[in-house]
Amino acid sequence: MKLPLTGSQTVGPFYHFALDRPDWADLTRNGAKGEKIRIEGTILDGDGAPCPDAFLEVWQANAAGRYAHPDDRQEDKKLDSRFLGFGRVSPDAKGRYGFTTIRPGAVPGRGNALQAPHIAVNVFARGILKHLVTRIYFPDFAEANEADPVLGAIDDAAHRATLIAKRGKAKKIGGATMPVYRFDVILQGAGETAFFDI
Amino acid sequence: MSARDPIPYRREKPGAQPPNDYPLYKSTIKRHPKRAPVRIAQTLTEVTGPTFTKPWYGKALADLTKMHKGEPLGERIILAGRVLDEDGRPVPGTLVEMWQANAAGRYAHPRDQHDAPLDPNFTGFGQVVTDAKGEWRFVSIKPGHYPWRNTHNAWRAQHLHFSVFGPAFATRIVTQMYFPGDPLLAADPVFNSVPDAKGRDALISRYDADLSEPEWALGFRWDMVLRGRAATPREN
Ligand SMILES: [Fe+3]
Repeated sequence: MKLPLTGSQTVGPFYHFALDRPDWADLTRNGAKGEKIRIEGTILDGDGAPCPDAFLEVWQANAAGRYAHPDDRQEDKKLDSRFLGFGRVSPDAKGRYGFTTIRPGAVPGRGNALQAPHIAVNVFARGILKHLVTRIYFPDFAEANEADPVLGAIDDAAHRATLIAKRGKAKKIGGATMPVYRFDVILQGAGETAFFDI
Repeated sequence: MSARDPIPYRREKPGAQPPNDYPLYKSTIKRHPKRAPVRIAQTLTEVTGPTFTKPWYGKALADLTKMHKGEPLGERIILAGRVLDEDGRPVPGTLVEMWQANAAGRYAHPRDQHDAPLDPNFTGFGQVVTDAKGEWRFVSIKPGHYPWRNTHNAWRAQHLHFSVFGPAFATRIVTQMYFPGDPLLAADPVFNSVPDAKGRDALISRYDADLSEPEWALGFRWDMVLRGRAATPREN
């Protein structure tokens, strides 16, 4: 039996009252283990205009490099019961978003390849019929990024570079100073973010 | 490839999902990527995803007519269905978020300026987690049609928005549910963006007399189908 897949439809412009969950923009809120980091950026359209009616969902491994999911059977790495690994973040009126998380550990790729630390991202918006899939990588792991099989699937170096966040100025948030990374999502045109077909 | 590689979810067939470059829906024009997406093999990152338990999402909100002091205006409906994979297997324990306009076709959203009344007794947001059989159920009111500025005199078909996670990052889907016999379906570009006719039909709920409750509410049934897992002979 093969049932037809449910087709994707846009979130439309009027989802904020339902889907916005400001607490989900802090993945560390329940006391996750690891180095706290902040990721900030702007979501822009093909005219360079901000997209306040777009939002991101993020999914990542814990500090040890293990996903809080039964299919991750890396028994040698500890689970962190205080870290779900999932967040949702909506931008402000100028399209600027920011979320707080912990630096993810490295997780295995296919074969014996190791993936560089990364955060998986879904982009939803008015005007996006099927959400876009991308990833955030860190500039601190140049060697690991070089060897990463998923980054390696992007032929054009400039296109590949859109997935490497830029180190910003550290920020003090809630009493803690944390590294800040800048990751803009450009939906279309010059500097267009690399998106994946998974 | 190694024996430890995760079993991937099946690729979506061409035609199953709407293209993001779809000019009949005007908002896509400046928001669709011009470059083709880069095809990658699924890794542990894509075959895992959030597992929601109560502290992570709050509490179940299954009856949208009971969120305020009074009863919302409109036609009361019962919506029920299952979350399944392509092979018909239930997807239990997954978060289903639903939101909609009120009976007059207006969202409880500050930027919705449609000249239709707000209903002080209706917000239009619900959430439940599927049970062991993948089943979910909401009580609500039928949302009204509403105008939008896509083209001159354009109106959306009646719809509810649904957001479902499924078992993995690769199964995430946000969609809309429609009603049978709605004359606006034929001209609705969002609905018609799904290329396959079967896929469009699958977005329309069915009236279900058995789900209806006498003297109280009409029942509509609708299943959501997520990507299934590729079978693997290598599994040990
Ligand atoms: Fe809508």
